Amino acid sequence: MNIDQQKPENIKNPTSGSSVVDINDLSLTFQTADGPVFALSDINLQITQGDFISLIGPSGCGKTTLLRTMADLEQPTGGSISINGVSPHEARQSRAYGYVFQAPALYPWRTIERNIMLPLEVMGVPKEERVERAKKYLELVNLSEFAKKFPWQLSGGMQQRASIARALCVDPDLLLMDEPFGALDEIVRDHLNEQLLDLWDKTKKTVVFVTHSIPEAVFLSTKIVVMSPRPGRIIDIIDSPLPRDRTLDIRETPEFLDIAHRVREGLRKGHSYDD
Amino acid sequence: MINAVPEQCNNRSVMSRIMCGTTGPVAVVAVLLIALWYCGTVYMNAPMQIDRFERGNIEWTMSDLIRETMAQERPILPAPHQIIIEMNDTIFKKKVTSKRSLVNHSWVTLSSTLLGFAVGALFGILLAVGIVHKKTLEKSLMPWIISSQMIPILAIAPMIIVVLGSIGLKGLIPKAIISTYLCFFPVAIGMVKGLRSPDHLQLDLMRTYNASSWQTFWMLRWPSSIPFLFTSLKVAIAISLVGAIVGELPTGAQAGLGARLLAGSYYGQTIQIWSALISASIIAGLMVWIVGLVEKFTLSRMGKRPEPKVSFANVKPVGGV
Repeated sequence: MNIDQQKPENIKNPTSGSSVVDINDLSLTFQTADGPVFALSDINLQITQGDFISLIGPSGCGKTTLLRTMADLEQPTGGSISINGVSPHEARQSRAYGYVFQAPALYPWRTIERNIMLPLEVMGVPKEERVERAKKYLELVNLSEFAKKFPWQLSGGMQQRASIARALCVDPDLLLMDEPFGALDEIVRDHLNEQLLDLWDKTKKTVVFVTHSIPEAVFLSTKIVVMSPRPGRIIDIIDSPLPRDRTLDIRETPEFLDIAHRVREGLRKGHSYDD
Repeated sequence: MINAVPEQCNNRSVMSRIMCGTTGPVAVVAVLLIALWYCGTVYMNAPMQIDRFERGNIEWTMSDLIRETMAQERPILPAPHQIIIEMNDTIFKKKVTSKRSLVNHSWVTLSSTLLGFAVGALFGILLAVGIVHKKTLEKSLMPWIISSQMIPILAIAPMIIVVLGSIGLKGLIPKAIISTYLCFFPVAIGMVKGLRSPDHLQLDLMRTYNASSWQTFWMLRWPSSIPFLFTSLKVAIAISLVGAIVGELPTGAQAGLGARLLAGSYYGQTIQIWSALISASIIAGLMVWIVGLVEKFTLSRMGKRPEPKVSFANVKPVGGV
């Protein structure tokens, strides 16, 4: 295990307000048998420390691809992208981000506790510290009493919370979340949204969150990026005037409905309802 | 929720409780098969017995005929109890070191079975690991692995025995090699599938941790493949025994279940053939059962969800009265 692969100090404590993600003229074209698919085209986006960014758009608009490009899981074909001032590849090597997938992707043969310790094991963190950190993050997502349970013994919402704890336990400054609550019912989703905001407030992380739910995007974000398909591009970037400290009640306020309306307009403008 | 013990089994008679599990139905089939076997014994051996009666000018009745067909020394089809008596004689009443002891013969076959199985399983796993990690290995090896099993083992086994015998390898090793040849295949195929069973998300997760391919192997691919491994091992250990027996046939080996089968057929000792055959089946069954036990233990340690016992008899019609 390479200890020196752990995060350098300068990445761990970026100065507040600095740019965490910097994307310029990014494009990504997949070559398929039926010709090129323009997954991303002319993407320009700056994300600052402490932001909660939502990428919203219909299926096929490239929101997941954009997130995967930030995570170095896809390679751009044009433009530039930097994470904390370095390339996504270097950022991945220094484990600068935590990634939460659409599905919990817990390993079924590991208990919840050992699932959360997985990234720490890969990084070569000593056993005592692994146990300690797993305990801390299990508490943070309210799963302490399920530490010794196997994933199938937990509900879908609890599994997704465990996967968030797993992403958080390496203490990344950047959290990339790909429709983490997409498969859950609305009641559980509301509850987890509140918990996520609370977590974001406590940990001061930068979050990039992919969703196709307008209320979810507006409720969570400080900045909403509206995207549209064919080619995948950004249509509108909305800075939310809502206070950082919010409860679910905020969804009834005129400000909330205004932003939701603007997002909906943006999506309509992108012809995303045409097909 | 499905109850582990179906409700019907709790409040009925003893008989219906027995029939609720698998024991009852299996026992019924066994009894039927044995009855059918006895009928077969009488039917198959009757012509020879009638012939014998007539040549000796012996008056016989139907009950004489039935009794005598089950007591022949070299019947076409021995009766089950004749086989049981023979097995009792050769397993429990003979010294283990005796040449007539079935325990002795079984051990000779079992030892080469287990050696061949161990080597074959290990070889199969190593092949699979190589194939999963190197594309070139897959392209170059896979066709050979598949075609290796196209050759009839009965044809190649004598060649292996003769060739190895000429360079001084005799007894255990050549037979184990035939077992290995047979049993590496299901393990290799099963493990290629098993090591490739992690889904995209599980693999991407390892990528986001910047895990080395060694770490991805130990923490993801290997544990994912364990259920596939045990399924292949159960097939492999059974055919490993077949390989060892086949290895004992061509050269007239001195000992082993294969040698017993061959000697029995030379001298028309059908009872001996059947008891060797049944011993081989029992050994195969026991080995598969043991692998199954290890599987159950390992998978439960790995957090496998216990499977609910579903009985079709317990499915109630929906919307009934």
